[in-house]
Amino acid sequence: MITIDDLTVSFGAVQALRHVSFVAETGHITAVLGANGAGKTTLLRTISGLKEPKTGTIRLGDQSLMHMRTEDIARLGIGHVPEGRGVIGEFTVEENLRLGAMMAKVNLAQGLQAQYELFPVLGERRKQHAAKLSGGERQMLAMARALIANPSVLLLDEPSLGLAPLVTAQLMHTIQSLCETSDLTVILVEQNATSALRIAHHAVVLHVGEVVANDTASLVAADENLRQYYLGLVE
Amino acid sequence: MDPFLTSRIVTDVLGGLTNGVTYGLVALSLVLIWRSTGILNFAQGAMPMFATYVGFALLSYHFGYWPCVVACVIAAVLIGGLTERLLVRRLYGKPEINPIVVMVGFLIVLEAVAAAIWSSTPRSLPSPFSLIHWQLAGRPFALSPFTVYEIATALVVMLAVAMLFRFTNLGLQLRASALAPEVSRLLGVRVGRLLTLGWMLSTAVGVITTILVSANFFSGLTPTVMDGIFAYGFIAAAIGGLESPVGAVVAGVLLGVVNQFVTDFVNQNAVIIIALAILVVSLMVRPSGVFTKSTQRRV
Repeated sequence: MITIDDLTVSFGAVQALRHVSFVAETGHITAVLGANGAGKTTLLRTISGLKEPKTGTIRLGDQSLMHMRTEDIARLGIGHVPEGRGVIGEFTVEENLRLGAMMAKVNLAQGLQAQYELFPVLGERRKQHAAKLSGGERQMLAMARALIANPSVLLLDEPSLGLAPLVTAQLMHTIQSLCETSDLTVILVEQNATSALRIAHHAVVLHVGEVVANDTASLVAADENLRQYYLGLVE
Repeated sequence: MDPFLTSRIVTDVLGGLTNGVTYGLVALSLVLIWRSTGILNFAQGAMPMFATYVGFALLSYHFGYWPCVVACVIAAVLIGGLTERLLVRRLYGKPEINPIVVMVGFLIVLEAVAAAIWSSTPRSLPSPFSLIHWQLAGRPFALSPFTVYEIATALVVMLAVAMLFRFTNLGLQLRASALAPEVSRLLGVRVGRLLTLGWMLSTAVGVITTILVSANFFSGLTPTVMDGIFAYGFIAAAIGGLESPVGAVVAGVLLGVVNQFVTDFVNQNAVIIIALAILVVSLMVRPSGVFTKSTQRRV
């Protein structure tokens, strides 16, 4: 479980997040929604320690993540798939996965096998450089690289960005299946609100750095005002 | 073929190989830093030179060759680590020209300090093997016990570095830290430590080259002993590709052989011109290096 309490993050004079509070429950998918510039990516980067907050606290279970280095947060079991996928193009598919497995000290052969079963296309392209993969394949690789470390929390930043609807649907289905079959906690940042709300248990809507809704995904999806003014979902 | 010409060609090839492995080692140490920290280290000749002076200071205390070599490697590791921590770390993320300017400045400072402490007079280093060339049919042959030792040492170092990068988790982390530091940190890689380690490794490879060069070239150890070698090592690294340890080594060896032939058949003064011409042509044909694999993206 990730608990975020009264989190404020600034870039100079500009406040990217203002007094943000919510809880991402264990085994649940929490969707963080909002338009461009709402502070979604900043939120994930702050959880991962890439950005220092001005005020507030972040906890994984009972452990505070404040003032911890990014690599130490990752070693606690928080996997972060950054916006733009962040795969290392110069590495092969297998080298990217090896790097993901290394710090978690998991059995590499078993980990690779599990990821190739989850994403068969990666198994077919294991010796290929990541830069030569398609957008969807790179997204799968980025997710597989985070999952191979057996994280307890997975932070996904815009996984559907630039992907065809069919590929997006497959990815969302994979995320949903992972949560159903394990205790994985997912914080899913998305602009594609429809896809995210379809699989999420909980939803947080950000608007210019502030939480304007924090409720179950079904209630957020049913709220006409939220749909119209903050999520751009007009019937 | 004329036996004299044959003998000349064999001598040039063997002599070129001997010089080439030192260019290859310098190129390799440049590639090591480039691959692990993304910086072109123009002080790559001067830092090991300084460590060699420090290590061989033990000679005054009646230590032998091998303890001095160990001391040189330890000094190199310390100099590499301290340079990264105290100087280079402030340069990450800055415009590319900044590290170049700083490292050129560092090169000048190190050479000046070395000259002030140990003087510019060549200092002869001991050799564990004879420098006298073997005779073949009554004529001096291109190889000596020392050149065989030099080539063997270079090959062992090159092989060890290639295996480190290709087959070990440490090598993978070193490359990842240079290519994508933020992503590496998100995966739990302690990037800061690995960057320091990259500089330590590179300076250690560099000091082995300096020890070999200072003994083999009969010029002895001077504060500027590595300047010329560094220039050819740099050309080799650019030709082979800064991403390719194998490319840097192969380019270094080939450059050594070409230089030897140019010296013998053309003119010593033409060597650098020919080397630069090869560099220009290779960069026009393969800007990222002859041996660097293309990672063009599929759409």
